[in-house]
Amino acid sequence: MFSFQQWAAQIHSFLLEKTGTYTLLIECIIIGILAISLFAILGLVLVLMERKVAAHIQIRMGPNRVGPAGMLQTVADTLKLLMKEGLVPRLADKFLFNLAPFLVMMVAMMLLAPIAFARGVQIWDINIGVLYITAVSSVSVIGVMMAGWSSNNKFAMLGAMRSGAQIVSYELSAGFSILCIVVLSGSLQISDIIASQESGWWLFRGHIPVLIAFVIYIIAVTAETNRAPFDLAEAESELTAGFHTEYSGMRFALFFLAEYINIFIVCALGATLFLGGWMPLHIAHWDGFNHLMDWIPSSVWFMGKTFFLIFLIMWFRWTFPRLRVDQLLNLEWKYLLPIGLLNLLLVTWIAIKGWHF
Amino acid sequence: MYAETQIISSSENNPQLKEGQLVINVGPQHPATHGVLHLVITLEGETIVKIEPHLGYIHRSIEKMSESLSYRQFIYVTSRMDYLSAHINNLGCALCVEKGMQIEVPARAQAIRIIMSELTRIASHELWIGAMAMDLGAMTPFFYTFRERETINDIMEQTCGARLTMNYMVPGGVMYDLHPEFVTRVRAFITQFKDKVTELEDLVTNNIIFRNRTEGIGILSKEDAISFGCTGPVARASGVDGDIRKRFPYTGYEQLDFEQCLHQAGDSFARYIVRIREMYQSIRIIEQLIDQIPEGDFQAKTKAVIKLPKGEFYTRVETARGELGVYIISEGGTTPYRIKYRSPGFSNLSALDHMARGSKIGDLMATMGTLDLVIPDIDR
Repeated sequence: MFSFQQWAAQIHSFLLEKTGTYTLLIECIIIGILAISLFAILGLVLVLMERKVAAHIQIRMGPNRVGPAGMLQTVADTLKLLMKEGLVPRLADKFLFNLAPFLVMMVAMMLLAPIAFARGVQIWDINIGVLYITAVSSVSVIGVMMAGWSSNNKFAMLGAMRSGAQIVSYELSAGFSILCIVVLSGSLQISDIIASQESGWWLFRGHIPVLIAFVIYIIAVTAETNRAPFDLAEAESELTAGFHTEYSGMRFALFFLAEYINIFIVCALGATLFLGGWMPLHIAHWDGFNHLMDWIPSSVWFMGKTFFLIFLIMWFRWTFPRLRVDQLLNLEWKYLLPIGLLNLLLVTWIAIKGWHF
Repeated sequence: MYAETQIISSSENNPQLKEGQLVINVGPQHPATHGVLHLVITLEGETIVKIEPHLGYIHRSIEKMSESLSYRQFIYVTSRMDYLSAHINNLGCALCVEKGMQIEVPARAQAIRIIMSELTRIASHELWIGAMAMDLGAMTPFFYTFRERETINDIMEQTCGARLTMNYMVPGGVMYDLHPEFVTRVRAFITQFKDKVTELEDLVTNNIIFRNRTEGIGILSKEDAISFGCTGPVARASGVDGDIRKRFPYTGYEQLDFEQCLHQAGDSFARYIVRIREMYQSIRIIEQLIDQIPEGDFQAKTKAVIKLPKGEFYTRVETARGELGVYIISEGGTTPYRIKYRSPGFSNLSALDHMARGSKIGDLMATMGTLDLVIPDIDR
């Protein structure tokens, strides 16, 4: 069976033999390169996926000219963006204007660290993994606000203000949903949370409260990543392009890529918390079935779940109209947050009593 | 070079604004205005304080141009006014010339004119639903509505030779006879429309976000609708029964059985529902006529050079957007002395400031979207 864990062990022993004391440094560099290439590949794949999903929903073909079945379309787009002139508005705050896309991208990259991609494939298994993700992901709002403020454009500023209000409020709901799973599994460490789901995913084991938490999580992260129907920050018909109105060329591409990486990360986290991460689907006492499921590589399980959630979020985008800004905040503060709080209490009660399966 | 001033016009550098207010320019190039309309919006936070529409970016002086065109030629220019109801614009002008000449239009031509007008109305409303949904952030309905609109355009292309500016109505009738396949294709379209419109209703009408975005938004009372001179679906959604097809029937609408779609709420959702129901009514009209288009001439015999007698002539037709008035002053020559169009978009736009004041900028898109503005119609 194909396993990333074995490869990693082989490479590690090989490096240890050849380079000795520098092993850690070389491994860090390799991981860095891998993370950057994963970032680029994910961006390209997700943009293509979005366009194909949108095309399918909108009864049209989608990109089909560049490369086989249009697979190189995103590469061509990226090349075009690379060659475009990166304009800076004359009265913009140049330092912040240039810093903002890098900040947003850096946050997205840092979030890749504690994600477990397969059995034993995790860059940094920090013992407060979930807390780390929620904490670092909040920093991206600073990048968005920086971009909106420094552009010296009213549309950009309105977009950034909306984005700030939105991300800050929806983080609470997402946080409460995550806490539900933390309470159930009793750990903040990603590997522990996955290990706790060996006998079944939390989505199926935690009764209705976990289902509610899952739905709230999906809604909240859709809003947190500024996706439709919560894409008020870049509401095209109202604010042209929102906070990145003034950005062009590669700076714009970085915002664009960061958005897709953020989607990947929140969906990966959702898959890890609610759908068992790389853990195969196990049903108690069905040994034959469980063996068959074990045979599928863990990386396939993880990617399958993550991309299913990503598809869900894309489906939302191409179906719903956009909410108004006050409706958006009403939804969070009047509905999702109270329900989430109550739900957390219920889950805690279940966890204390040990009522979950 | 530019002066080194702060570009953000806020209360700090604009003495006319109060503390905390700011001015944004929506348009002339902006995705929400569907054309080169320029709205100067004063905001307080996200709340609209004032809207000033600036017009004239696409003014082509069609009225002045028409003064040097003959009575056959000037009709074609009107396709470029409200390009989504090109047939109905042409019909209005043709009717006005016929009124002056006192031409009797053959029954076949009248039936063709009505079918074409109603197909145009459906096509226009279909495009509007897509565009308005896009204003509200839903991209997908656009493609669904365009599928139906495309079918209508194909039918038009077969008979008229054009898809957008048809130039099919001429004084005395229509330019050519119908294409042999016309009747079967229109019947096929009616089946397709009835089948697919439910899809649209599921996707848009019953969508909770869409309902929340449009219900109670941009309310226009009946009195205001009358005093602003609103016509068409905008006025009918406020309860003004001003459908020209009912009140001042022309070209044979009086013999047809259809309803005027009225709604009392006057909000954006009412305007949406009125248009949806109007499409059903248009289908009803077409169904009544399509199986019994009278045989005979498609055009009355007219002189090669049309000369209108001295005097003033006014006709009105119901376009997809409202009442189009055509007013011709003739001095007895081959060209009109003066032409004035009363276009529906202009009056409907004038109500925008009144409707949108005090609402959020997101509501402006719902309000403006349901006014169904076509900018060349406003500017002419």
